[in-house]
Amino acid sequence: MPKYLSAALRRHDIQIGIIIAVMATFFSTLSPGFLTLGNLMDLLENYSVMAIMATGLLVVLISGGIDISFEAIAAVSQFLVATILVRFGGNWLSAFALAGLFGGLLGVVNALLIYYLGAISVIVTISTMTFYFSILMFVTQGRSIYDLPNWFTSNISFLSIPFPVMVAAIALLLTLFLLSQLPIGRQIYGLGGNPEAAKRMGCNIVGLQCFAYGYSGFMAAIAGIVQAHRVEEVVPYALIGRELDVLAAVVLGGASLSGGIGTVSGTVLGILLLAVLQNGLTLLGVSSYSFGLVTGLVILVSVTATAYAAKRQRMRSVRHAI
Amino acid sequence: MPSDLASSSPTPEPSRFAGLLPSDPTITMLGALIAGAVIIFGALTPSRFLSGDTLRAIAFQMPELGILSLAMMVPLMSGGLNLAIISTANLSALVMAAILTRLIQPATPPSIIAAVIVLALLAGLLTSLVIGFLTGVIVAFFGVHPILVTLGTMTLVKGTAVLATSGTVIGGFPPAILFLGNGTLFGIPVSMILFILCATIVAVILSYAPFGVSIRLIGSNERATRYSGVPTEWVLVGVYVVSSLLCWVAALVMMARFNSASAGYAESYLLVTILSAVLGGVDPFGGFGRVLGLFLSLVLLQVISTGFNLLGFSPYLTAAIWGATMILAIVIAVVRDRWITRLWPVKAN
Amino acid sequence: MIVPRELAEHGQSEAARAFIEMLGISKRFGGVRALSNVDFTIRPAEIHCLAGENGCGKSTLIKILAGVYAPDDGKIILDQQAHSHLSPAASQRAGIQIIYQDLSLFPNLSVAENIAFRHHVETPVRLVRWREIVRQAREVMSRLGVDLPLEEVVGRLPIATRQLVAICRALAAEARLVVMDEPTASLTHHEIDALLETVHGLKTHGIATVFVSHKLEEVMRIAERVTVLRDGNKVGTYPAREINRYRLTELMTGQKFESSLHSTFSSEVAPILEIHGLTRRGHYEEVDLSLRPGEILGITGRLGSGRTELALSLFGMNPPDAGEIRISGKPVLLRTNRVAIRHGIGYVSEDRLSLGLVMPQSIADNIVVSVLRKLTGALGLIDSGRRRKTVSRWIDELHVKTRAPDRPVQELSGGNQQRVVLAKWLATDPRILILDSPTVGVDVGAKVGIYQIVDALAARGIAIIFITDEVEEVLHQTHRILVMLSGRITATFDPAKVTEQELREAISA
Repeated sequence: MPKYLSAALRRHDIQIGIIIAVMATFFSTLSPGFLTLGNLMDLLENYSVMAIMATGLLVVLISGGIDISFEAIAAVSQFLVATILVRFGGNWLSAFALAGLFGGLLGVVNALLIYYLGAISVIVTISTMTFYFSILMFVTQGRSIYDLPNWFTSNISFLSIPFPVMVAAIALLLTLFLLSQLPIGRQIYGLGGNPEAAKRMGCNIVGLQCFAYGYSGFMAAIAGIVQAHRVEEVVPYALIGRELDVLAAVVLGGASLSGGIGTVSGTVLGILLLAVLQNGLTLLGVSSYSFGLVTGLVILVSVTATAYAAKRQRMRSVRHAI
Repeated sequence: MPSDLASSSPTPEPSRFAGLLPSDPTITMLGALIAGAVIIFGALTPSRFLSGDTLRAIAFQMPELGILSLAMMVPLMSGGLNLAIISTANLSALVMAAILTRLIQPATPPSIIAAVIVLALLAGLLTSLVIGFLTGVIVAFFGVHPILVTLGTMTLVKGTAVLATSGTVIGGFPPAILFLGNGTLFGIPVSMILFILCATIVAVILSYAPFGVSIRLIGSNERATRYSGVPTEWVLVGVYVVSSLLCWVAALVMMARFNSASAGYAESYLLVTILSAVLGGVDPFGGFGRVLGLFLSLVLLQVISTGFNLLGFSPYLTAAIWGATMILAIVIAVVRDRWITRLWPVKAN
Repeated sequence: MIVPRELAEHGQSEAARAFIEMLGISKRFGGVRALSNVDFTIRPAEIHCLAGENGCGKSTLIKILAGVYAPDDGKIILDQQAHSHLSPAASQRAGIQIIYQDLSLFPNLSVAENIAFRHHVETPVRLVRWREIVRQAREVMSRLGVDLPLEEVVGRLPIATRQLVAICRALAAEARLVVMDEPTASLTHHEIDALLETVHGLKTHGIATVFVSHKLEEVMRIAERVTVLRDGNKVGTYPAREINRYRLTELMTGQKFESSLHSTFSSEVAPILEIHGLTRRGHYEEVDLSLRPGEILGITGRLGSGRTELALSLFGMNPPDAGEIRISGKPVLLRTNRVAIRHGIGYVSEDRLSLGLVMPQSIADNIVVSVLRKLTGALGLIDSGRRRKTVSRWIDELHVKTRAPDRPVQELSGGNQQRVVLAKWLATDPRILILDSPTVGVDVGAKVGIYQIVDALAARGIAIIFITDEVEEVLHQTHRILVMLSGRITATFDPAKVTEQELREAISA
């Protein structure tokens, strides 16, 4: 096998891509309805909210942290924006601006707590998640907002691409741009790769963390209002509980929990993998009750294989004396 | 042996009473907070808070969260995490529930009932052990990060439970089971006795068993511990087996209290178990923590939640205050590390 | 008595030619005095070694130069301007680039990006100019005369290559002074040669290099001037040609090394350890040796000669491909370290901080970690009384300076920490003890204590393999010396009969 081919095959995203291709082929032979444009658009539309959240989480993971609170931030922002829109009116521009503002601020709170308390990001974001969500439930008493303005809920699509998919695409491209073309994105990679070196090179650590967690909050909030648009109501507790699904997608796409590693393309592949898997199973008539089991298996096998390969790689590169 | 660098006195004998005094700032802080909370709530609602009813309510509500918190504490001590504890408990409960409801009919004689109960318990135990063993092997021998592995097992286990039950609930258990959740022995709820038993066993293991000492050492530095000859891979497998075993006990208590089992129970508990462990002084990086601390933090959380309940606070507000308390606890921990440790030395463990 | 030489002779001209001058620098941390009234001058484009044992204050001095610490006393003169202290930014603006021992590179980023990383920090708002980054990286590489794979992720490169990346990065930042902190610690013989070539290359570009090291070999090969520190004080600055290795050792350690071995062993007794033809591809080849109870066998050689790999094989952590190991005459298969420990072998790793001790945990737990099962009583639980007795016994026997065995072991000094490591292994009742660079990171004064312990252990009949880099150590603290080179044993010496010169020649043959 030529060298470039075997090197390519060892790359994580290529492997995921192959698995997706295999699955897609498998499903489309068993169920002709799979590879239709309509089905694929449906698929993308269903996962667009997850995709938007995943881009935010990706940035935090690359910076070396983790954010469990993004769903709660989405729910809070969703509620705040909807309340304002219902009372004062507005348009998509103001909706996105407000969402971004609220989400970003809540995210920055995470960053400041993590930096100044020197505490582990899992614990801090679990606490803020509990806090934000509980306050939200308390204020709303669990009640949803139904009477969203018409302009908000009406279906928009461009070239038969639904609005949520468009927003997701923009979010992904924006994140790609940030991570590959903006110095601040590269500094975030550095921070995740070697925090001590980042400090020595003069990076503004608290600034970078505020940016990363703020970005995650920002994206979560955007995802929140896209979700509200899709289901045409704001349900405070609808988003909670799926944090680990988003994390699974990002990790499947090759992002590392220890930081410094991850790409937008990988994340897209991770989401696609889950999406194709679940959609394929649905079309095959497999009960939706089996999704969890299959997804869990895929996650387990994928992370085990990745870790095992990394372990063998480490053992092989022991230095030789002679 | 050369004497020029010797310390002038031999190692001093520890004071006989040292073990009784709280030598740990976390324990003291928690004790003070509990006392403070009791006083405040007692003052605000004297007749209702400081009553036997309150104590009974706490005693009944605490055990299931408590046992699950123990199930989270053990992996935390080893430097890991077990996100699958709730799913494991639920699946275990469902297995036991299925056997109990299928094999016990109204007309079944008591001796058969007893046999079926034993069978059900064993099946539930086996389920938990398999999940724990699988998790431990992947963490220890494949080197996968515990968050990722238990994320996978959590999804897998929950998925299995959902598939098997189609999302429904299985209920209706014989009185012997229900006794575990609702009965009392000498005035103390049986579930509380179970919890205290589990807590004591875990505490003893962590302090006095080679297995437990190894867990703490691994939590601080796995490689060095391995170099010292400790079979770290097997200890880690044991960690997740013990964690899942505790999930089985929690499953029993939950089944008994709700008289039913489902794939989706107690999901909100997952993060609370982490919260209460960290609040109780368990170091999220591993290596340090005491069961007594965990116990006290659970008591504190229960006191706060009961107190707020009696004051008419919405449960959501209480949950929000739990979250805020967590942040407060971290702040206090940071302050403690920077200032108090200089004045008041902490035992290494 | 050592008298600093330069004051009278060079005073005036020294100041005139200096590029950077640090005068009268003092610094304390808590109760510990790290530096006392130290002067240190650097001339343009010179190669200057800052030498001294571990704990002499070299790192602190460098960090003050880098602006990480501020001195309590003294001043720093840069380009004829005096400062009471520097900030990291000011230091870098003056062209001072520090290459720390851990290199501070980003393992997940490419070589080119690592070299040019400071642009990300300096201009965070502009778009990344990838082509510019590659161009600059190429330019710096050609200036230095090296060729590195620009696209490769740094984490996958061997350490010698990573070092070159770090040097390129310093060059790209327009350094006028590059400080390298213990750069040769993990390099093989050939890699060190290459590094030293590179340092010469820096000189031809007018860049001064300060080489911080405690390894005499490198110090002597490269330096034009040597400044020696000892226990926070400056001993002196010497032109390289006026100094030899022996003198340098004396200056660095402040003591003449004499053989202090009291233990003897009998060659009548059968060997406890015999190795025949042991081979592990890529690590070592055809190793034969035998070891008697009570014998201290020294193994020395450059890094990369296979000594640590051999030691790990004897400890069960690096299974050999071929050959035989016999303990007390019986062949054994050391597949894991637990098997080795059962056979009575203990291993004191050279990396005490991350492999030898569990730092945040208590002294007591660190002592009993390897014998937990032996301390159990009823119900398989550890008997507190027996644990306490074991801990007390070893703290007393090895004179570990502590009053509270429940305190974290990281609070102890380096020498005391090493005693705890020894206590841990002694608790396992070993018959063979492998010590890998046991006095690294231990103060000069405390080293003697360790030597005395090792001597006493040998007197008790424990067979000891003493691996070290330091020629003085192996000459004075062992009964027999083996030299390893490129994975083979190339020479055997009797310490009483061989000269230091012969030994050094055998090592660098």
